Amino acid sequence: MSERLSYDGPAFQRPRSSRVLPVGALLRWKATAFGGQSSDALETGRTRLLVASLVFVCAFAVIGVRLLDLALFTGAPQRIAPQAGFAHVEPQVRADIVDRNGVVLATTLPRASLHANPREIRNPKFVAAQLSAILPDLSEGEVSAKLAMDRSFIWIKRGLSPRQQYQINRLGVPGLSFREEERRTYPQGELTAHIVGFTDVDNQGLAGLEQGFDELLSGSKTPLRLSLDLRVQHILTDELSRSMEEFRAIGAAGVVMDAHTGEIVAMASLPSFDPNQPGSASSDSRFNRATLGTYEMGSVFKIFSTAAALDSGEVALYDNFDVSDPIRAARFTIRDYRPKEGKLSVPEIFMHSSNIGTVHLAMKTGTEIQRSALARLGLTTPMSLELPETGTPQLPTPWREISTMTVSYGHGLSVTPVQLTAGVAATINGGLMPKPTVLARDDDALVPNQRVFSERTSRDMRRLMRLVVEHGTGGNADAEGYLVGGKTGTANKQVGGTYQRNARISSFVGAFPMDEPRYVVFAMVDEPKGHSGTFGYATGGWVAAPVVHNVVSRMAPMLGIQPRPQTITPPMEEHPLLLHAVGEDFRIAAQ
Amino acid sequence: MMTVARTDTSLLGNWWWTVDRWSLIALGLLMAFGALLILAASPAAGQRIGLSGFYLAERQFIVLPVAAAIVVGASLLTPRWVRRVGVVGFLASLVLLTLTLFFGPEIKGATRWLHLAGFSLQPSEFVKPTLAVAVAWMFAMQRQGNGVPGNAIALAMLAVTVALLLMQPDVGQSFIVTAVWGVQVFIAGLPMIWVVGIVAAVLVGVVLGYGALPHVAERIDSFLDPSAGDRYQVNRSLEAFNSGGLFGRGPGEGTVKASLPDAHSDFIFAVAGEEFGAIACLIILGLFAFVVLRGFGRLLQETNLFVLLAATGLLTQFGLQAVINMASTLHLMPTKGMTLPFISYGGSSLLALALGMGMVLALTRRRVPRGDEQ
Repeated sequence: MSERLSYDGPAFQRPRSSRVLPVGALLRWKATAFGGQSSDALETGRTRLLVASLVFVCAFAVIGVRLLDLALFTGAPQRIAPQAGFAHVEPQVRADIVDRNGVVLATTLPRASLHANPREIRNPKFVAAQLSAILPDLSEGEVSAKLAMDRSFIWIKRGLSPRQQYQINRLGVPGLSFREEERRTYPQGELTAHIVGFTDVDNQGLAGLEQGFDELLSGSKTPLRLSLDLRVQHILTDELSRSMEEFRAIGAAGVVMDAHTGEIVAMASLPSFDPNQPGSASSDSRFNRATLGTYEMGSVFKIFSTAAALDSGEVALYDNFDVSDPIRAARFTIRDYRPKEGKLSVPEIFMHSSNIGTVHLAMKTGTEIQRSALARLGLTTPMSLELPETGTPQLPTPWREISTMTVSYGHGLSVTPVQLTAGVAATINGGLMPKPTVLARDDDALVPNQRVFSERTSRDMRRLMRLVVEHGTGGNADAEGYLVGGKTGTANKQVGGTYQRNARISSFVGAFPMDEPRYVVFAMVDEPKGHSGTFGYATGGWVAAPVVHNVVSRMAPMLGIQPRPQTITPPMEEHPLLLHAVGEDFRIAAQ
Repeated sequence: MMTVARTDTSLLGNWWWTVDRWSLIALGLLMAFGALLILAASPAAGQRIGLSGFYLAERQFIVLPVAAAIVVGASLLTPRWVRRVGVVGFLASLVLLTLTLFFGPEIKGATRWLHLAGFSLQPSEFVKPTLAVAVAWMFAMQRQGNGVPGNAIALAMLAVTVALLLMQPDVGQSFIVTAVWGVQVFIAGLPMIWVVGIVAAVLVGVVLGYGALPHVAERIDSFLDPSAGDRYQVNRSLEAFNSGGLFGRGPGEGTVKASLPDAHSDFIFAVAGEEFGAIACLIILGLFAFVVLRGFGRLLQETNLFVLLAATGLLTQFGLQAVINMASTLHLMPTKGMTLPFISYGGSSLLALALGMGMVLALTRRRVPRGDEQ
C-alpha cells in the first residue's frame, strides 16, 4: 500500500534494474532464457521490451509522416476511371457537323431533364400545380395523374432551360430529380435543316445526315465536315424564298454544285423547318425537294438531248431541222411554245428552246443512244448520295418511240434536282461525270470520273448554253462578267395523269464562268404565278433565271471568282454560232 | 469527474487510484472518435449495401457502452483472474473457432462468423487477446522451472489457433496472432539465434503464402503493381486523404467515402482523413501510440514475468492492428482486412479489444507484490 501511495513518478521510467541500456541483457541467452533465474529473465524481458517500443515508435512515425505527405502534397495516384454505379457515367457525345469552313451546323449541348419517382411524391396534385406554374406547356391534370401512378420512374419534361431547372430545384420537392442529358442543337436552324436532318430525344438520327451518318456521328468526336458553304447556302435560300414570295409559289429548290468534284456547296428546299423542333414541322416542309422530290424538268433536259445528239456524231452543230409543223405522234401533238417558221440550226433550236427541233434531233440520234447517254449521266437510276432521302427517277415504261420524243424535251421522265445538276456538271466540265456528295472532299481523294461526253461535245454545250443567256430564253440569268450559261425549263405539272395548265415547275440550270466552268447552279420554283412585272409570265426564264443571276452575282465575289473584265456579247447578227446557221432570216438580215 | 478519496479502499476507490487513468482516458477518446466516425461512414456504407442511413451507426452505438463496461470490468480483475479469464476464454474461443468451420455461413469466401441468438460473433477476434494471456502464462511457467513444459505448450497453442484460422481462411488474423506470439517469445528471452531463425522463417512463410494462397498473392501483386485491377479501394482512400488536407472537408462533407465499399470498417481511417483532416488523424495516431508506449513504459517497472508477457502481448496486438490498418489505408503495405481498434465498425472486434485492453489496464495497475500473482 505504501508503494502504491508513494508512486508519483513519470510514466516512462527507465527500468530500475538497468539504469544503463544493457546491451548484454539483450543478447544474453541460454544462461537466463527458458529456465534461468526469474530476475534475469525479467531484466531481459524489460530490455527487449524497449526494442519492441522502438519498433512501434518507428511505425507510428512513418504513418504520421505519410499522413502529412498525403494531406499536404499530391501523393495520391492519378484518379482511375470511376466504376459504374459509383459515379456518373461519362456522357455520350455526338460529333458535331460543320460546313466546309468549320461553321457549326449541329452540335451537342448539355441539358437537364426532369423525371420523378411517383412513389416518393406525397401530394401529386399540389406538386403538379407547382410544376405547371413553372412549365406552362405541361397539362396540370396529366402531370397530376402521372405523379399519382404506382411507378418508380416517369419522365415529366425533357430539355429544361437552366432557369426552369433552378426554379424546380428551388421547390425542394422530394421525388423530383434531374438527369443531365445531351441535346442536339442546330444553330443554323431552317437554313440547313434538310441536309443536316435531326435526331430524336435520345439523339438517334431520324433524318438527313444525322440519320445517314448516325453510327459515325455517335461513335466519334471528330466533327463531320460537309462540302456545304454556309454563305452560299444563305444566298441560295434567300434568293429562292424571295422568288417564292414574288411569284406566290408553293415551294422551291436549288442546288449549287462544284462542276468538277461534285461537291454540293449549297442545297435548299423550301419551305423549310426548324430542326430544333422537328415535331411541329409539317410533312411538306420536311420533304426535301432537292434530293427526294422527282420532277419532270421540261426544257432543261434539252441540254442532255442536244449533247447526246452532238456526241453521237449523227447530228452536226450546224445541221438544220424544219420546225414549221407540229409533230403528231401517237395521240400527242408536240408544239413549240413560240412557233417558228422554216428550218432552224441546232444552236437556234437550243436558243429558242424549240420542242419540235429537239424531237427531230432526238429521232435522228435514236432511242438507244439517248437512253445510254441518260444512263451514263445517272438520270435513270437512284443517285447514291449520303442522305437517306434520295428519290428514284421515274422512267417511261415501256420506253416507246413517243417516250424518246417527250423525254428529249423533259417530259415523261422525272429526276431529282441534284441528279439534274450533276448531269449538267458532267456535260459542261469537259465530259466527266462527277460523283455528287455533301461531304467535303480532299483534293487528293478525287476519284477519276467516268467520261460521259467528249471534250468537244462539252465545249459545244458550253457555247450553246452561253448563247441561251446571251440571246435566248435565259437572258435574265446574265450576271455581268461571270459568263453565265444555262437553260430554262418550264414544265406543266401532272396531276392524276393530266397536265395542269396553270401549275408548272419553272427552272433554270446554269453554270459559270462558261470559259472555265466552276459551279453549276440550279433553281426551281414550284407553281409560280405570273404578275404584271413579268407580263403574266411564270416561265423558267422569268422566274428561275433571275434567281440564278442573283445567286451567281452574290456568290462569285465571295468565292474569289474574278469577273471577266471585258465580256463582249456579240450581237445576234454577228454571233459566230448563229452565222454558221442556215436559217434564212438571220443571215439575210445580217448581210 | 467523480471524487474519490485516496483513503477510500473500496473496490472502486482502490481501482481508481491504481489504474492507469491516462490510458483509460486515451481509450475513451478513441471510442469517442470511433462513435463520431461511424456516424460519418455509416450512411455511405449503409446506402451501398441497402441498409438505412444510420443502421450501422445504431448497431455500433448499442455495442459501445457494453465495450466501455467491459474495459472497466476487466480492469478490475487481479492478474490471477486475468489469467483465468484468458485461459478459459482461449479454450472457449478454440471451440467456437472449430464450430465456425462447420456451422458458419460463408461470407466473401470465408467462414468466420457464428450466428448466436440474433448476434453474429467472430471468434477469431476473441482468440487474439485470450491466446496472448494463455501463452504468457505458459512462458512464465517455464521460467519458474517447476517442470511444466510451458514453451512447448505455448507453441502448440499457437499452432492449433493458426491452423483453425487458416482453415476459415483468415490470413490477416493468423498473421496478427503469430506476430503477437513472436513478440511474446522474444520478450520471454528467446535466444538471439532463434530470433534470427524465426525472422527468416517468417520471410519463407510469406513467400510460401504468396505461392500457395491465391488471394494473398493477389493482394501483394496489386500492392506492388500500380495498374493492377484490385487497387480501387486503396486509390479512393489515398484520394480521401488528399482531398481532406490538414483540416478536412468538415463532418458529413466527405464525398470519397461514398465510393469506398469498406468505409465503415477497414477504411474508416480514410473517412477520418477526408472529413476531419490530417490533424485529426494525427491525434488518433497519437492516441494509439500513447496507449501502446505508455503501457510498455509502465511494464518496464514490472516485476512479475506473467504480467509483463501478457500485457506486452495484448498491447502488441492492439498496436499492431492499428499500425497495420492505418498503414494499409495509407498504402504503406498491402490491404490486410484489419479493423482499426475501437474505431472501425464491428461488434466482435470492439468487444474483444475491450476485453484485451481492460486486461491490460488490470495488469498495469499499481500493486503491492504479494507473491501470489503468478
